Amino acid sequence: MRRMMLGAAVLAVGVWGCGGSKGNASNGAAGNSTSAVAQSGGSTGPTGNAAVSGVIHFTGAAPSNPKIDMSQESACQGKYKTPPTDPQYVVKDAKLGNVFVYVDSGLPNGAKYTASAPTQIDQDGCLYHPRVFGAVVGQDIVIKNDDNVLHNIKAVPKVNRGFNISQPSAGMTSKRSFSEPEVMVPLECNVHGWMHAYVGVLTHPFFATSDSTGSFSIKNLPAGTYTIKAWHEKLGTQQQTVTVGAGETKNIDFTFSGPKA
Amino acid sequence: MDKLLSWMLPPGASTFVGDIDWIYYLILAVTGIAFVLVEVALIVFLIRYRKRPGRKATYIHGSNRAEIIWTSVTAVVVVIIGILSAPAWNKIKGREGVPPNAMPIGIEAKQFEWNVTYPGPDGKLGTADDFTIRGQLHVPVDRPTVAMLTSQDAIHSFFVPSFRIKQDAVPGMHIRVWFQPTKVGEYELGCAELCGLGHYRMRAVVTVHTQQDYDRWVASQAHSVAQR
Amino acid sequence: MATTATDTSAYTHDHGNAHVDDRPFIRKYIFSTDHKIIGIQFLIMSLTFLLLGGTLAMVMRWQLGFPGKPLPGGTLLPETYTNNGVVLPEFYNSAVTMHGTFMVFFAIMPLLVGVFGNYLIPLKIGAPDMAFPRINMASFWTAVPAGLLMLAGFFVEGGSAAAGWTSYAPLSARSDLTGVHLGQIFWCLSLIILGLSSIMGSFNYITTVINMRAPGMNWFRLPLSIWALFVTACLVLLAIPVLSGAAILLLFDQTIGTHFFDPQAGGQPLLWQHLFWFFGHPEVYILILPAMGMASDIIANGARKPIFGYTSMVLAIISIGFLGWGVWGHHMFQSGMNPTLGTTFMISTLLIAVPSAIKTFNWLGTIWQGNITFHVPMLHALAFVSMFVIGGLSGVFMAASPFDIYIHDTYFIVAHLHYVLFGGSLFAIFAAVTYWYPKMFGRMMNPFWGRVHFWLTLVFYNFTFFPMHQLGLHGHMRRIYDPTQYAFLREMQPVNQFISISAFCLFATQFLFAANFILSWFKGEKAPNNPWLDNGLEWTLPSPPPHGNFATVPTVYRGPYEYSSPHSDLDYIPQNVPTPGGAGAAHPQPAGD
Repeated sequence: MRRMMLGAAVLAVGVWGCGGSKGNASNGAAGNSTSAVAQSGGSTGPTGNAAVSGVIHFTGAAPSNPKIDMSQESACQGKYKTPPTDPQYVVKDAKLGNVFVYVDSGLPNGAKYTASAPTQIDQDGCLYHPRVFGAVVGQDIVIKNDDNVLHNIKAVPKVNRGFNISQPSAGMTSKRSFSEPEVMVPLECNVHGWMHAYVGVLTHPFFATSDSTGSFSIKNLPAGTYTIKAWHEKLGTQQQTVTVGAGETKNIDFTFSGPKA
Repeated sequence: MDKLLSWMLPPGASTFVGDIDWIYYLILAVTGIAFVLVEVALIVFLIRYRKRPGRKATYIHGSNRAEIIWTSVTAVVVVIIGILSAPAWNKIKGREGVPPNAMPIGIEAKQFEWNVTYPGPDGKLGTADDFTIRGQLHVPVDRPTVAMLTSQDAIHSFFVPSFRIKQDAVPGMHIRVWFQPTKVGEYELGCAELCGLGHYRMRAVVTVHTQQDYDRWVASQAHSVAQR
Repeated sequence: MATTATDTSAYTHDHGNAHVDDRPFIRKYIFSTDHKIIGIQFLIMSLTFLLLGGTLAMVMRWQLGFPGKPLPGGTLLPETYTNNGVVLPEFYNSAVTMHGTFMVFFAIMPLLVGVFGNYLIPLKIGAPDMAFPRINMASFWTAVPAGLLMLAGFFVEGGSAAAGWTSYAPLSARSDLTGVHLGQIFWCLSLIILGLSSIMGSFNYITTVINMRAPGMNWFRLPLSIWALFVTACLVLLAIPVLSGAAILLLFDQTIGTHFFDPQAGGQPLLWQHLFWFFGHPEVYILILPAMGMASDIIANGARKPIFGYTSMVLAIISIGFLGWGVWGHHMFQSGMNPTLGTTFMISTLLIAVPSAIKTFNWLGTIWQGNITFHVPMLHALAFVSMFVIGGLSGVFMAASPFDIYIHDTYFIVAHLHYVLFGGSLFAIFAAVTYWYPKMFGRMMNPFWGRVHFWLTLVFYNFTFFPMHQLGLHGHMRRIYDPTQYAFLREMQPVNQFISISAFCLFATQFLFAANFILSWFKGEKAPNNPWLDNGLEWTLPSPPPHGNFATVPTVYRGPYEYSSPHSDLDYIPQNVPTPGGAGAAHPQPAGD
């Protein structure tokens, strides 16, 4: 029952995230604040009922995101009411979105997790949704083209084997997965050089991406002591250690500062 | 239908039309005549000399005179074509062919985009007021523009059919390509060297402005930093 | 080496080598050292690759004629090739690449050089076999794994090579630029292995022609097919190692971290082009010279008349062989190489038109005042001349470097290359296969279906490739998955559709040839020794000839083109028949009338 509700919540968040770019100025932060365990629909390694949640704070002046010139791609440009920008910094009310938060160490040795359901990334309005997300080793990543233009999605990992596939028209989907843990694997489109996404591949499903309110939550953890890392595409990585007992939820916050002017 | 089967070149919009198109029509005339002569001779011979009862083929091994005539005529014709074509080649592609007052721009090709860098109001490339735009080539009419062409990754080829200009963009090389548009309007730029999955869509729009409109456009662009 | 006053060969045997081969099946037909069997093995392999190459062309033409529509049968293909049946750009680029690769390296080249070089050289010069029969066997059995490796590219992750048959670096060297890794590696490896096969064949042919001609078979009594194959073998010997070297450098860039073609580390992309085309241009003469030679044999036979200008024809073949080394830069006019080279290569390229023109005029001279029999091989050989003329003339446009600025990498080039390779080489191959089929298999191909196949092919072929000139003049670029992305090409889409439909009909017509080929093997009319009343030495032997060929070493008295000679009542005299006193039999009719 709890799993169904979580699944519904994920679905709702996912739908909101996908539709969120059209007609509004904040394009890109489809927050997956809910734990990826529910999203992946199953795991075989040890889980529990502890959780680590928190908020990513942002101090300093929020840098302005670069404008994107979509004038030569009218099919995408037409989806925006205001000129599109590249959401490198998702800052609202001194909170930072699109920070990838994950368990770096602390799980029992040799714990293996498999995901039975795929995760999905959409190309919509010539931007990736979500921009930052996680996947378990071996988990299918469904890549969908919602634009009626050619996108080619190229993964440029350092450890894993990359891929470079094209989707010439709307509705096309492709599936890929990664076999080694790697944080983060960049994704890019060569037809639209401004398109970037990042996927964190881990051996376990204990990761989350902060949403536009800066919130994240990693659920279903077994009791233990964990090193939690928080990664931002421009502002680097921070880490903290946290210990949770069975059934406990601990809050940890991270603070990133804006780049020096 | 006539347009689809036409041997005419499509209308052009640069001074190179005057340099190149006549070479095509000259070669079309020469090869057209050769084609008709040879194919008609072939068909006539096949009909006239087909096997019929009582006929015998002529026992002849050749004619030195014929060999000399057709060898020299062919050689003279092709050499003339070469001599007539050489000046146009030097003018368009030669290092000394670039007009000294040509407006400089930079074109960097990458999978699968054309990024054009403009010199900005000061007219000089490599200064602070330069700006780069994706997929749009803007040039003034009746003035030469010279582009420094390069590539970021694979070999691409800068091809504007209406300008009759084509030049491969090679990574690691900076190649000068120049042209002078003669008609205001919008034209297409395509990539003419297989460069990967998106090669078929590596397109840009070429806009030829009056000098006035061009200056106005430059002024309006120089303010915004259009990100790729 | 014992020689007599009239004997210009190095033959010391005074008896022939023909004998029954009583070795087990596997030594006789699989691992055979008999040049005739090896020729037939190459024939089966090449015809298979011809069919494969044609199939890939159908995929391309489907997408070009009907962009974005699901390919019939497309849903059966893996999702890396088609998406809901629609051809994907990666599959399109792969089809473009492998169509060219299969056709050039595994169809046309082995059909001309591997099949007819092997089959004809010993027979036509009066030799029992090649100089090195075991190396000959190795040559075929090296080509087979090369072909399988090339095919394997379709079944690995990332798919087959997709950087064009010309495989320009850095696209072909960097898997991050194409999404293809193993496929490109296999392409290089396969060609390196195939190169070994070709080199083995070439020095075998050269040695055989120089050393094993029968008594009286001096150089200027050799058939033009043998002259052409000899010069071709010289080209192969010198050009293929350049390709192998280039492929090795590319393979190293792909695998062990070298940077021969990588400008970021001091390498040069243009190096690949120079190496490839230095091989590539002699390669296209390898792909046409044997066709020209065999067409000459067949045209003289069909016209019942000596070849016009035999010496000029020989000199033309030799000069094409020489001049062909000096023109490679015309493939690179727009490459960014020094513009001065654009002028020098233009001149050398225009000059090489001359020997080809000489040959065309001499073919016309051969049929002029002939007594022409239109047997099926003659039909194809005449089509060869007529279509090759179009291909050769279209080449003049691109030789003029300023106009090449406009048509380089457009469909004008595609039209040109298909007029010389299909209109030229392939029609000559159809002619040659039909002509020597009786000698190879002891049966005639069906002449009625041969004519149907010829006429349908000629019509659909021209409908397919002639409009490509117009596409190119309009600016239609090559290797474009979806031309409708460009406004200036959208209006030409009806032409693309017309071409595609013609291409489907052309492809379907070839099954007539395939059926004729296969069925005639079992059911064809039994062939006499000399169905075409030809003068060549092979036609003095049974169809098929025995292992070892000649029971007695032939002595040659004249050239192979003495048709309608006053020395005979018949309109032909085989090369090994002493000049007759006059007694003649009745005029036999040539087969296939």
